[in-house]
Amino acid sequence: MAEAARTRLHAEHVALGARMAPFGGSWMPIWYAGISEEVAATRTSVGVFDVGHMPAFRVFGFGAFDYLQGVLTNDLGRISEVGAAQYTLMCAEDGGIVDDVIAYHSGDLEYILVANAGNGRADREWLAARLPEGSEPGGGNGECRPEDGAVELVDESGRTAIVAVQGPLSLEVLRELGGADLSLPPRFHLGEGRLGGIPVLLARTGYTGEDGVEAFCHESHASALWRLLLSVPEVTPCGLGARDVLRLEMGYPLHGAEIGREVDPVTAGLGWAVSLEKGGFVGAESVARIAEEGPRRRLVGLRLAEGVPRAGYAVLHRGNEVGKVASGTFSPTLGEGIALAYVPAELAGEGTGLQVRARRRTFAALVVRPPFVKGTSLAGSGS
Amino acid sequence: MSSYPKELKYDKEHEWVRAEGDTAVIGISYFAQDQLGEVVYVDLPDEGDEVVAGETFGEIESVKSVSELYSPLTGEVVRVNEALGDTPETVNEDPYGEGWMIEVRMADPSQVDDLMTAEEYEAFVSEES
Repeated sequence: MAEAARTRLHAEHVALGARMAPFGGSWMPIWYAGISEEVAATRTSVGVFDVGHMPAFRVFGFGAFDYLQGVLTNDLGRISEVGAAQYTLMCAEDGGIVDDVIAYHSGDLEYILVANAGNGRADREWLAARLPEGSEPGGGNGECRPEDGAVELVDESGRTAIVAVQGPLSLEVLRELGGADLSLPPRFHLGEGRLGGIPVLLARTGYTGEDGVEAFCHESHASALWRLLLSVPEVTPCGLGARDVLRLEMGYPLHGAEIGREVDPVTAGLGWAVSLEKGGFVGAESVARIAEEGPRRRLVGLRLAEGVPRAGYAVLHRGNEVGKVASGTFSPTLGEGIALAYVPAELAGEGTGLQVRARRRTFAALVVRPPFVKGTSLAGSGS
Repeated sequence: MSSYPKELKYDKEHEWVRAEGDTAVIGISYFAQDQLGEVVYVDLPDEGDEVVAGETFGEIESVKSVSELYSPLTGEVVRVNEALGDTPETVNEDPYGEGWMIEVRMADPSQVDDLMTAEEYEAFVSEES
């Protein structure tokens, strides 16, 4: 594996004493003060996260809509308004999930896809291989707009700094910092403006279950933006450890854990991000068949009164192994072990009693419907 | 450096040993608890269990990960720090005091001589980190 890269904020993390480790090809902060403290800060106030390791692609041209409609599972027609965003998937012919991405309708004939860390190269190759004839896969300078249905795909990964600002007080903090210079977009939309004079694009998205934004800025402004946010007393720097716990507390799947090439959207419980009605997309026939037949396995939430489940631990039913934990952790918010695991469909009902086998012990587990943590600042907003 | 008290001995798995006569109290080092982050659960053996040098005697969970606990010595467990069941975070707060884990009656007290001194352990840790 190649040497891990550094995000634009690497020096800031080191200066704050973060515990650094390679993740998805980049050195990333795992925690600063501690995972529980960072989770609590995000649940009650504001947490900021460097997410500049996520790959981003710009797709534009007269054929961009038709092309993306054919490679993404969700109905891109639902974000026809410029500035809107949606959660969507890329699937292989057999229905296996290639990646999950957020698609932003960033301009006329233009979309931005933000994908998962570590998948940049594979995603780029997958997308490039499916471009319509006459298109320019990568390397485009963005000045020449392809015509006649051609599409340009530009890998923007690493050229932009991305800082996630998440928590119940995040919008208040942003309003104070930006004042009249900033337009705060509605949920799953883009807005733009200046924060302390720094030009930013704000996406009202995130993966913590809390309200907030993902702020995009030019790499040259990354440190200034980070320091500006941290100058607010309510704001706590948070690492990937807290981010993973927060997303798991919400039951959100992570590529490489809950989802991947061996799992289809129906089995993963992501059928809501698939539009079978919109017409063909790569993998549509397979996904439709699985949806009709019903999945053999389902992703369920597990709650443990004792013990901490970890990825790979066996899930048992009456002593027999029936599945594996995909992701598991100790939830600081609940004070209990929680997990997402695949189990046979007949054992996926809420309230089903199962067991999780740790290395030395076996713990009782209860099937619950995620989110594990209720009542976050996004609860009830319908997103 | 007070992170590694001089009167203790240490092993490469980051346990410490406070030996007195034929018994020894065992815990994990400042470095180990710092690497783990917040400890949320400690799984320890029962009184009367045998532990063997170099083999696991329990597990320690932090929010982020789970790690095995390795016994630096062979012997019989004569005391277990039951308080860690309710307050596992004591391992972070006081790793050499209230955060102790088990006390062992050693089968061979000379095993302690094979462990690292504080100076040796500190050098070992600085190489590892």
